Amino acid sequence: MPAALVVRGLAKHYGSVHALKGVDLEVGEGELVGLLGPNGAGKSTLVKIAVGLVRASGGTAELAGARAGSRPARAALGYLAELFRFPGWYTADEVLELHQRLSGSRGGEAERARLLELVALSDAAKRRVDGMSKGMQQRLGVAQALVGEPRVLLLDEPTSALDPVGRRTIRLLLEELRGRGVSVLLNSHLLSEVELVCDRVAILLAGEVVAAGTPAELAQPRGVELETDEGMRTIVRATRDDVPRLVADAVAAGRQVYGVRVLTSTLEDVYLEAVGGETS
Amino acid sequence: MISVWAIVEYGFREAVRRKVFAVVLVLTAAFLVLFWLANHFVFRDLASITPPQDVNVDTRTFAGAFLTGLAMFATLFLGVVLAVFLTLGVVSGDAERGLLQPLVVRPIGRSTLLLSRFLGAAVVCIAYVLTVYFSALLIVDLTGHWHPQRVVEPGLELAGAVVLVITLSLLGSVVLSGTANGIAVFMLFGAGLVAGLLGSIGHALNSHAIKHASTIASWALPFEALYQDGLRMITEGASGLTGFLLQLGPFGGAYVHGWGIRLWAVAYLVIVGGVALVSFSRRNL
Repeated sequence: MPAALVVRGLAKHYGSVHALKGVDLEVGEGELVGLLGPNGAGKSTLVKIAVGLVRASGGTAELAGARAGSRPARAALGYLAELFRFPGWYTADEVLELHQRLSGSRGGEAERARLLELVALSDAAKRRVDGMSKGMQQRLGVAQALVGEPRVLLLDEPTSALDPVGRRTIRLLLEELRGRGVSVLLNSHLLSEVELVCDRVAILLAGEVVAAGTPAELAQPRGVELETDEGMRTIVRATRDDVPRLVADAVAAGRQVYGVRVLTSTLEDVYLEAVGGETS
Repeated sequence: MISVWAIVEYGFREAVRRKVFAVVLVLTAAFLVLFWLANHFVFRDLASITPPQDVNVDTRTFAGAFLTGLAMFATLFLGVVLAVFLTLGVVSGDAERGLLQPLVVRPIGRSTLLLSRFLGAAVVCIAYVLTVYFSALLIVDLTGHWHPQRVVEPGLELAGAVVLVITLSLLGSVVLSGTANGIAVFMLFGAGLVAGLLGSIGHALNSHAIKHASTIASWALPFEALYQDGLRMITEGASGLTGFLLQLGPFGGAYVHGWGIRLWAVAYLVIVGGVALVSFSRRNL
């Protein structure tokens, strides 16, 4: 089975502005990949090319083995745009029904009820969109992206308008989707969220991938923290492999060891290092 | 096919829900009431109008054709208002508001989506134009006991004119923002009307230059030519001095008419629609 999303040498320029400068990226089957980067790094442009909203200036993008934007690619796709809106006079149930008809889903009422339950909107099925909070609309957007059980899900800032509870709902949903083998490309500014759920991360800066890998691969060792009866001590150059020796040395020296912690950089540290403090 | 109807229904619900639809309905009701009053008084006072003995004018035909022409103009105007407001933001406007993106990424595709929106707007506008047109004819017939020799064809041409405006507005919505598109289409509509009036003046004055300019405008903006052709059919039963006087007026009739312009209108619709589809397929959203 082909990879969910394969991007090779993808380039996009708007006049003299180069939004993407030859990006390579792959999302494997059932993989959850996080796309990070400051504003204007080209994340949304990449996602828009992958779903066929924007034409690439160069390179290729394939979704589920089909050219991005083609009908087979769109049939395998679920997408939540960064800025989207549903007609205010539709109810939540009607929005999902419209997208079922457009995607050819035969899930019917049962699918709609299940999706609304997934995003904690069961009670709002008959509520009109213009009567919903921003967070509810965002969750409805996620449900809409899941109509027809897509093989690949591209989510552009899915939690931007959500409160902590809403964010947790989406995070649990993403984990469940991964468990079902759905491939997800998650474009988000929330580093902690990406770190919690993503298998791999790619960091974009000025249209180029400047770092990529699993969160563990990207994390750098920052020493070992040792808590003894003398207090807390950080051995900066030590790594995980040094822990047994450090504990043994402390015990041999007559110290009481209460705790040991291996220090690594967080995704936020990695991100800030990669983008060099750039914000837009 | 299911997805096509889904978008047609989507467009229809949007159309019915918009305030402009209610405004057009209220204006239409007001127009029809005022039109009935005008007809009532004009035909009541017709007997008191006595042209000079050597002037042979059929006053009933003159009044009936003139009032029907006025109704056709009002129907076209209201139909165009409805058409423009239903379609001016179908692409750029909806994309700016984020309504379009969730629909476009579905398997339905851009061409089918645009064609479905066209179909939805066309159904609403054709139904509207034909309803108002036949209501006006009924009012003239009931109050003045007059009706044109050809009843159906002018109505169809009027509906065709509005469908052409819908196509132009859809093309405009691909390349212009909603407001700019609305202004552009109304300016085209105004240019067409002015060209039609110029044609009448040109023929009255026998000015070759003005007639030529009017002819070019009719081919460039065939919705105007269809409207003028409809007027021509309304007045073609009037002969002699009555016909001549009607030809002088603003609702006199076309100088570019017949199957040539009708076929061109169809070709124009296909060309403009094709350009809209190609432009939309290449547009970044």
